[in-house]
Amino acid sequence: MDWQALSLSLQLASATALLLLPAAVWLARLLAWSAWRGRAALEAAILLPLVLPPTVLGYYLLLGLGGASPLGQAYHALTGRQLVFSFDGLLVASLIVNLPFAVQPMQRSFAAIPRELREAAWVSGLSRWQTFLRIELPLAWPGIAAALALSFTHTLGEFGVVLMVGGSVPGETRTIAIAIYDQVQAFNDAAAAGMSALLLALSFVAVIVVSRLGRPAPRR
Amino acid sequence: MTTLSARLEQTAPIPLAADIRCASGELLALVGPSGSGKSTILRCLAGLHRPAAGHVRCGDESWFDAARGIDVPPQQRRVGLVFQHYALFPHLSALANVVQALGHLPPAERAARARHWLARCNLDGFDDRRPAELSGGQQQRVALARALAREPQVLLLDEPFSAVDQVTRRRLLRQLIELRRSLAIPIVLVTHDLEEASLLADSMTVLHHGRTLQTATPEAMLAQPASALVARLTDQPNLFEGTVLQHLPAADTTLIEWLGRPLLASHQPAFAVGQTVCWLVPEAAVVLVREHQSERENTVSALVSERLAWRGHATVSARVDGRREATLNFAIGAAVAERRGIVPGARVPLQLQKAAIRLLAADAAIAGPAGTSGKGQSP
Repeated sequence: MDWQALSLSLQLASATALLLLPAAVWLARLLAWSAWRGRAALEAAILLPLVLPPTVLGYYLLLGLGGASPLGQAYHALTGRQLVFSFDGLLVASLIVNLPFAVQPMQRSFAAIPRELREAAWVSGLSRWQTFLRIELPLAWPGIAAALALSFTHTLGEFGVVLMVGGSVPGETRTIAIAIYDQVQAFNDAAAAGMSALLLALSFVAVIVVSRLGRPAPRR
Repeated sequence: MTTLSARLEQTAPIPLAADIRCASGELLALVGPSGSGKSTILRCLAGLHRPAAGHVRCGDESWFDAARGIDVPPQQRRVGLVFQHYALFPHLSALANVVQALGHLPPAERAARARHWLARCNLDGFDDRRPAELSGGQQQRVALARALAREPQVLLLDEPFSAVDQVTRRRLLRQLIELRRSLAIPIVLVTHDLEEASLLADSMTVLHHGRTLQTATPEAMLAQPASALVARLTDQPNLFEGTVLQHLPAADTTLIEWLGRPLLASHQPAFAVGQTVCWLVPEAAVVLVREHQSERENTVSALVSERLAWRGHATVSARVDGRREATLNFAIGAAVAERRGIVPGARVPLQLQKAAIRLLAADAAIAGPAGTSGKGQSP
């Protein structure tokens, strides 16, 4: 068992899920409740990582985060380090790759909240922020929890994009999925089997959590 | 005294050109067919919809004024709104639903005050129930308690009885009639049910395509509709077309022609001789007379086409000259109907009381072969 890789994967997955949470909640509400020009395009863009081959996505991320890119240069100017082949670069890539997994379940749960309920809250004197905390969050909670579980597990298992953007730098970018690949390449079947079983178990738990929480929110 | 007054104008998404006025302690009913803008008007009053132009004032406060750029958010308008489907928060108990509207009180006092409002709405003992565990009538009362808990300056009710069965509706109506005596605020009720409006309202505003056509007491609205359209929208059954024949001011009479026979109405000189008019006779002014009285003025012979009896009252439809478009409707006691043999096919003499006959400008929407009989023509 490559404990370093496992720890790195868990850190990456936790950071991804937590950092995505506020952004995805904001995007999900935006997509669920408002109609505006360009909404369909944004929705499609968020879904893209779901259908693109990881290599294609990884290639563009490599371009976008690389030393020649504005983002890569800004990061270099700030930290003196490279964004690609680093944990930070991996995290940025992971955030983008996981957008659909975080936004989709949340969008569905926010869309299921009738507009009247928010209006009833406003008329009752609740501010927008109080309405969000007391009415929207409790009602959308199953979708939010499902989104967290999905993006966490998906990050644990992500392979193609990680390899493209991060390579396999031990302690920096070698996640557990990469470690399994390396072990298989080295004919170290026992290690590969142990780590695969662990990922399988984690994913299974996550799927159960998602399906239990993913039931439709109680309606009026 | 806080008076709610509003002028609302817009062209889209649905047209509005409405004037609303409701004094403290008064209940104003907004009536009109679906899509006439009733709910949109309530939403404008509550601050949930912003019209293109106009104003909303409550007492001295200006809640909305397009010209001055004022638009007070719903949180600051102190409006109690009961939604058509109640919009209770499904994840909260009845008590917690009401507590949400008590933000103006210190937290320690909220639960007690919420219980007080639930009790006022006859909901003692239901504190911990979630909305899904309450009947339709109970949900409506939680919604009402939540609206009142805000201690609103205006109470708005959006078809509050439409989602409950008939029996519950009557009980809730009675409770609301009782409750409103103690509320010294303007109450605006949206309904498409004229009976409900007549029972509850001090005044009624009739809407059509977002336009307020007439505001009057329910009685005045029925006796003196401002136009044929108002008469049709308030479901006046006896609305017909005729021609002005002669004015006889000395006899306080205007003579009109209907189906080739003369008819006496009270003197209404606004209509020129020869002019085609709509005329209306309220159901109460269609009187079943005895055979030997059939020579009286304005008495016509009609063939009964339908008798509907319910709870001791009979609503009778009878056709003059057997013509469908000349169907007179009137109400009598079911016992009288039985005794006089008022059954389909019977011939009855009916007197149309002269003083109650009202002439109205002919309306393209009413006129024509399909519209002349009034009732039952709209799909």
